[in-house]
Parts: sequence; structure tokens; C-alpha cells
Amino acid sequence: MNDWITIGKLEDIPPQGARVVQTAAGEIAVFRARSGAVFALDNRCPHKGGPLSEGIVFDHHVACPLHNWKISLESGEAVAPDQGCARRYAVRVDNGVIQLQL
Amino acid sequence: MKEKLVLIGNGMAGMRTVEELLKLGSDLYDITVFGAEPHGNYNRILLSPVLSGEAQFDDIVLNRREWYAEHGITLHAGSKVVKIDRTRRQVVAEDGTTAPYDRLLIATGSKPFILPVPGHTLPGVVGFRDIADVQAMLDSAASHRHAVVIGGGLLGLEAAVGLVKRGMKVRVVHLSDTLMERQLDAAAGTLLQKELEGRGVEFLMGAKTREIIGRQRVQGVVFEDGREISADLVVMAAGIRPDIELAKGAGIHCERGIVVNDTMQTYDPRIYAVGECVQHRGQTYGLVAPLFEQAKVCANHLAKFGIGRYQGSVTSTKLKVSGVDVFSAGDFLGGPESEQIVYRDPGAGIYKKVVLQDNRIQGAVLYGNTLDGAWYFQLMRDGADVSAFRDQLLFGQAHLGDAGHGGNSPVAMMADSAEVCGCNGITKGAIVEAIRAKGLFTLDEVRAHTKASASCGGCTGLVEQILASVVGSDASQGERTRPMCPCTEHSHDEVRDAIRTRHLTSLEQTMRELDWRTPDGCPSCRPALNYYLLSTWPAEAQDESASRFVNERLHANIQKDRSYTVVPRIWGGVTTPAELRAIADAAEKYNVPMVKITGGQRIDLVGVQKEQLPAMWADLNAAGMVSGHAYGKALRTVKTCIGSQFCRFGTQDSVQMGIDLEKFSWGSWTPHKFKMAVSGCPRNCAEATIKDFGVVAVDSGWELHVGGNGGVKVRVTDLLCRVNTSAEVLEYCGAFMQLYREQAHYLERTAPWIERVGLDYVKKQMVDDAANRTALYQRFIESQRIAQNDPWAERTTAARRAEFMPLTVTKVGRVSAA
Repeated sequence: MNDWITIGKLEDIPPQGARVVQTAAGEIAVFRARSGAVFALDNRCPHKGGPLSEGIVFDHHVACPLHNWKISLESGEAVAPDQGCARRYAVRVDNGVIQLQL
Repeated sequence: MKEKLVLIGNGMAGMRTVEELLKLGSDLYDITVFGAEPHGNYNRILLSPVLSGEAQFDDIVLNRREWYAEHGITLHAGSKVVKIDRTRRQVVAEDGTTAPYDRLLIATGSKPFILPVPGHTLPGVVGFRDIADVQAMLDSAASHRHAVVIGGGLLGLEAAVGLVKRGMKVRVVHLSDTLMERQLDAAAGTLLQKELEGRGVEFLMGAKTREIIGRQRVQGVVFEDGREISADLVVMAAGIRPDIELAKGAGIHCERGIVVNDTMQTYDPRIYAVGECVQHRGQTYGLVAPLFEQAKVCANHLAKFGIGRYQGSVTSTKLKVSGVDVFSAGDFLGGPESEQIVYRDPGAGIYKKVVLQDNRIQGAVLYGNTLDGAWYFQLMRDGADVSAFRDQLLFGQAHLGDAGHGGNSPVAMMADSAEVCGCNGITKGAIVEAIRAKGLFTLDEVRAHTKASASCGGCTGLVEQILASVVGSDASQGERTRPMCPCTEHSHDEVRDAIRTRHLTSLEQTMRELDWRTPDGCPSCRPALNYYLLSTWPAEAQDESASRFVNERLHANIQKDRSYTVVPRIWGGVTTPAELRAIADAAEKYNVPMVKITGGQRIDLVGVQKEQLPAMWADLNAAGMVSGHAYGKALRTVKTCIGSQFCRFGTQDSVQMGIDLEKFSWGSWTPHKFKMAVSGCPRNCAEATIKDFGVVAVDSGWELHVGGNGGVKVRVTDLLCRVNTSAEVLEYCGAFMQLYREQAHYLERTAPWIERVGLDYVKKQMVDDAANRTALYQRFIESQRIAQNDPWAERTTAARRAEFMPLTVTKVGRVSAA
């Protein structure tokens, strides 16, 4: 069973944006989509390691700021024809408090 | 329950429509596909390489049977539909299969036109339309020697060259005196004939076929003039006819093709039709580009989005014979009203002709070097005025200024190992391979799959060329009508007009009003919309940082190692010991790994961590410096030379002029980056003639130059006008920037913008029309009143600084059982 860690409040993350959090598992990007859904991925693009947290968030995707690879926030997978995957972490929002499972 | 969609015709147009429908995420239909051929869907355009042996059938399959199953589509391959029962709303196949429909899509394509001469049904007489025809030709080539191809058009010549490669002795019989007379003029046709003769194809020109003779099998062809030649194989390539029998039999209105409206509907509103079987506004099409445009519109309506109209296509053609470069587009013969510009070098085998009317391209024929085909085609579709570079038109786009790429590298001559895309290291061979193996048809698709031309775009023309040489035509849409991104049907101009005329002031409102297909756009349209809103309604639109690229959101340039660069503004390139000291202090205090002088006469602090940015900005602010906007689609720098204060040649004070221009224009957002320079005399040490707005001092005043670029494609400025005073320089600069801000597409530099709209247009707007110039200038001033703020200073408060810091883990706990 893995730990759930508390990393902050929903309003700490700008809508259609992201923040990073340093954890025991490394740097994780926490995204807040327009739909209100919150996602967490390893903050490294599978292409050249770009910081996904700085990308434009659209629907349930983020575009890496380095070379514009599109990564699914739901699965961490790159959108075809690009191939690669950023590790995904479980997230829950409880009373406006965000928790990640490492 | 889902509605039933039935597609008759498992070919390129029909299946493209189904793919577009799936891409739109439509889940409205149970889809059933009938195809007369016993395969999945394949790329008919590439039958020639299969015939010549350059590709295998497997290479050109677009959708395998498994694909249909994976997408829940019922495929009846090898099942020819013989009846459409409109009363019962069902289709009936030859084998008795029936399928009911709520919506029907007819994509029966075309049939080869078989000359109705005696003997045309003999074994050994084939068309050139499908893989079965190719197989029949290959079988003949294996056991027989003499082939006759009737028809010296595109298909006939491709068949002839393929059969020669298969070892047959091939004679092409052509009714007219010019090969490919629907695409080529006599001069180009002659060059082509010579080239193909060199490859072993024989030609009988002006020959009319009377009869095909033979007993069990074809043995010869007899002509009207009595001549007779022997033949073991006759390929009928005398044209194609829309296959409309089925539609006609069902009482659907047909003329030459099945008549459809702009939404691809036939006279029965439940029945749609796309592809070669269709007649739209009196036109039928046999090329892939129009078919795909039709597919897009049709899918859109089937998905019940109800937007998008097909308005007909302008097409271009390429002959797909390796090593032969032929390009043709539009009205290449011209009429009494038009003019022709011709370049002819028979020794080198090069011929180029461009037909103009009122300085706009009507058509073009290129032979031997087709590098500029895509460029002429673009200018033609956009209706661009070419008067400014008419004298150099035939020397090509490269000649207009380019960093030495292209020019003398016709794609056909390039080795497969030649690097096409220098940014991503993609070779010609890799691009050709991807186009064939993955079934790519548009520039965007090639970019997505290979990355070629997806970075700086410098090799776009070359990639378009390769695409055209493999698939025969460029399936991309013209700039004017091309949707700004896949989220919408609307072009850049349409979106801008809507923002202005409907007074739209936010992204959300714009996307809602213009029926965006996606919930919140994409990384391509969001920054564009944000810019259009800000530049149209500076006082009302809210800048949405979530829709800005990281550099503009963080006011620093991101680097590959996730660090950023900090560039303070140094007005006109003139600094002081105190400023330099402050920059040096900041560099030491924050351990900046590299301090670099930029091309625009500024100092770049490279390798700064995100968390350090606000503190560093605060230090630089304290020394009186502001953001240099080195990261933005914005006014970058004003570069200057020393000028008359010190220089013995200087005619005006270029330094002061540069400082004034920068203080006047900084902080403004533009469609793309905007660079300026001021030189103090015509020696032009500040290199003002490769800037977006360049000022060169002369004894009597100032020359104003516009539209220069020193990047991917070097372009020298055009001279806009001469003015006398510094005040006028500022006024013209403001007016020019505002015209560019209001009219260029997002991410379009001034150079391509001016080439698109023409220098004359810019002159009319702001040189000839003084009142309009003043109005433009006033709007620029008004926008500056709101936009001219230092973004650094706004982000050094404690609250804003927190945004640059990572979140921290506050609690670690076990998951409770509940």
C-alpha cells in the first residue's frame, strides 16, 4: 500500500495550468484541467525531458514546451504518432485539498 | 439506437470520409462499408510504383481488414452493390447481402474510359484503375513482349514507364500532338516526350485507334490511317468517367457525375456522395486533394456539426515518374487578357512558364525543375499580387532571398540519403518511405510522422515537393481558406473578423460563438486567439496567461535544461557603467553560468533557474532596468550604429533615433517577433535592411524600410518611403506596427505578410493615405497606453513570487481502510 501525500489546495494550481511538487519519487507536475479534473505526471517529457508543468494545458492534454509533444494527462502517453510515456500518479481532491499517491 | 451509415465504395474518398468522421469523435453511426474489390482500402495513387516494382501492394494498403474490425465497422469486401432501394432505404449487393441505412454515402469513384472500338473486349485489353489491372499487366509482362498504351496523359505515361521497367517494349498512342495536353503546353510536352523516349518509350502521336485485333487474345492495334502495330497487351488510359450507374439506377440526379451541393448531399438528402463520382458546381475531380476536402466537409455534416462548405478546389498536378519533374497548375495556356513569362534552357532540360493576369498567377507549367511549384501554386490560390518581384518570379523563391537552400536541387535528382530537414536530420528517403508506408497526403501529416519541416519550416518547400512527387498533388489547403487549426473550420482572417465585428472579448466567448470543436482549444489556436483578442480590444480583453507559451507566461526564454534566460532592456543598445555593474552583480549573485552578448545588442544572462527569476528581476529593476522582451512575440530590440554623435560618416543621430523608437514601441505585442534597427548613414552598419522595420539615415532625412528578415529565409527589406523628421519616423513606425498587428496572421513575420498582401497595399494604407496613417498611429498609441508595463516589476511582489516556487509536501499518511 502506498502513501498518499498532501501537497496543497486546489486553488494553488492555476486553471488550465500546473505546479510542481518535489517528492520522494522526484519532481511531479500537478495539472488542473478546464474540466476541473486534477492529474499528476512525472515532470519529464518522454521525448527530451522537457518540464511538462510549463506546457499549455488543453482538454485533458498538455503540450511539452520544448518540442510541442502532446501528452495525455489521463494516461501519460504521448499522442500518436509520437511514442513514449510519462509516469502517472493517482490524485484525489478532498475538500479542496490535493493528495497524490506515490 | 445508433443510426446506420452505409458506404458504397471502399476507396480513398469514401474511407477518408469515414476516418474524418471517426476523428471528429462521432459515435452516431453503425457503419457498414461495401467494396467491390476483395481487399481493405489501398492507396490508388501509388499503383504506378507497384507496377514499376518500386513498391509492393502491401506497402500501399491504407486500412487493413483488422482496422475495420477494431473500429466496429462492418466490411463487405468483394461485394459489389447492385441496387439502392430508396423506398426501403437499403442497399443490395450482387451476392444478396442487404444493408439498411439512415444515411448513405456513395463513393463509387470512376471507371477507365474504354474506347468502344471493335476488339475492346479481347483478353489482354486492360484499364489502369485498380490492383487487378496492375496484376493483369504484370502477368502480361512476364510472358509477352509488346505493350501498347492508348492515351498519353498522366496515367498512360505512368503505365508506359512502369511496363518498360518490367521489360516490355512499349508504344504510347496519343490522339493529340502533345503529351499530357490537359496539363502541359507544347514546349513542356516535347521535353517530356524526349525524356521518355530516352527511357525506351516509343510514341505514335496524332494517331487515332480504329480497331483492336486478335483471336483468343489481343494481337495488334489498327489506326484510322491504316497503319497496324503488333501488341500482346493494350492498356486503355484514355481518361476516366465518374461511375454513376448505381446512383442513376436509383433515380438520383446525375449529369456527368452525381450532382451534389456544397455539403456533399445529393438530391436525396439522406444520400451523400464524395470523390471522383461526384459533380460539384459543374466540376468533376480526379485528384486526391479535392477528394479529401470533400471528405472533410461530408464528415462534418454526417457528424451533425452542420458547418463547413465545399466550395470547389484549385488543383495542381505532378507526374509520378521517378526522375522526371513535371508540374502543372491552373490555366497554363492563358488567353488574350493574360501574359506569359517563360524561362527556357533546352540544354539543361528546364522549362518554366507562369501565366499572369493583372499581376496575379493564373497558372504554371514547370519542367525539369519543379522546386517552386508549391510556391507558385500558393501564390495562385491566394491571388497574391506578384508585381513587386515579377522580374525575378521565374528564378524562384530561393532567388528572392534564402539562406542558400534549395535553388538547384530538384527533388527528383536528390539522393535518398540527402538530408532535407536540417533541424531534425530527416533524409529524403525517410520522408518518401513514411509517405508510402503510412499513407500520408498532406504537409501536416508528413510533419506529424517524420518531423521534417516541423521545426524552423525552412525546408517546407522541399518537403511539399517530395510529397507532390510521391502522391502526385499537394493536398494541403491554401492559406486564405485553411482553418487556423483542427479545432475549427474558420481561417485566421474569419476568426479575426468575427472578433472585431461581433465584439468578442474573451477566448471562451470566441470559442463558443464560433462553434469550436474542442472544449478549450489547443496549443496552436489558444495563443493565436489570445493575441487577436488583445490586439483588437486592448482595453477590454483580459490577457489569459494559460493561453500563452511558457516564454511569454514566465517572461523568460526556456532552455533545453529547463533553465531560463534573462535579458534586460538596453535602450538603443546604449548602456552605462552603472547598468553594467548591476548586470554583473546579478550574474555573480545568482551564479549565472553564461553571460552572452546577443545579436540585437543586448546582454543575455543564460541558465537562470525559474525560482530565481523574480528576485533577479527585482535587482535589475532597482538599477532602473526593465524586461527586454527577448522571449516574446513582441517588439524585441532596436539595434543602432554610432551615428553622427561620433562617427565621421554619420549623417543623423541614429543612436537617439533608436532610443526614441524603442521607448516608444516597447511592450507592444505583435503577431510574431518584431525587430528594428537604425543606421546613421547608407553604409548601414546596423544592418537595418534585414529588420522588420529598418531606418537608414540619409543627409536629407530618413529612409524607412520594411519586411526584412535575417532568419530561416533571409529577406531584404522593401523601401517604404523617405521622411524628413524624427517625429515622422515615430509616426510611420507606429502606423506600420499597428497595420501589421491588425492584419497579419499570428506567427506570421512581416516578411511573409508583405509577400502575401503586397508592398503596394501597405503603401496605400499608410503612405498614400495620411488620414489612415494617423488613425493607425493613434490606435497604436492607445494600445501602448495599456500594454506598456514592465512585466518584471509586476511579478516581484511576494504573492506573485510564490507562483514561481514549487509546492511542498505538507503531510504524509497511510491510506485508511475507509
